[in-house]
Amino acid sequence: MAIRLLEALFDPGAESNAFIAGRGDAGAAVTFTGIVRSRPDDPVSRLTLECYPELAERQIGDMIAAATERFDLLDVTVIHRYGPMAPGEPIMQVMVLSAHRDAAFEGARMLMDYLKTDAPFWKKEETPEGARWVEATAEDDEARSRWEA
Amino acid sequence: MKILYFAWLRERLNRSEEDIDLPADVVTVSDLIAHLSARDEAFAMAFEKPNRIRAAIDTRIVSHDTPLAGGTTVALFPPMTGG
Repeated sequence: MAIRLLEALFDPGAESNAFIAGRGDAGAAVTFTGIVRSRPDDPVSRLTLECYPELAERQIGDMIAAATERFDLLDVTVIHRYGPMAPGEPIMQVMVLSAHRDAAFEGARMLMDYLKTDAPFWKKEETPEGARWVEATAEDDEARSRWEA
Repeated sequence: MKILYFAWLRERLNRSEEDIDLPADVVTVSDLIAHLSARDEAFAMAFEKPNRIRAAIDTRIVSHDTPLAGGTTVALFPPMTGG
């Protein structure tokens, strides 16, 4: 498993190819990429993520361990950026390998739901009306709570 | 004790970290938040809703009733918005 916190842009396709290369033992890979969103009815010119790196390493490590044990995952990589980003750029990527598709989908889903609420990043959007901190949502809390045993 | 602040808490307090000597009656995270709130108006407003504040002691997320004793760094921050 690997955790990479970085400021620089990364190449989602190249990361995915490198992750699955030579893993004929796995059978299933799921990759999720989060992208900076800007829609005509809700334009965002820039997204800046603040991060507490030491806590992020620990929290993401814990969630990878939990998902790996629960779904018998063969490998997991979480890439997460911080700093300023433009619309359309990748923010983060979760990649999961397992023997079968159900475990890969579920494992990736669990990691995403946990990353939303338990990874110490804070998003600030710049919009035509000014800058605003993105609020945590009840939906995200609910999505995470589904995985609590 | 070292205190770290993140996101809108950092902005409102105009600092990302500071070292403070805690009085003996500040025992838990909750006590720390109350102690900081009593400093001035900016702190009082930033900590107006303590249930919106999350805390970590030495990179372990903790509840507000957790004792500070033994810790060296306390981080205070809003609910996380990762992913």
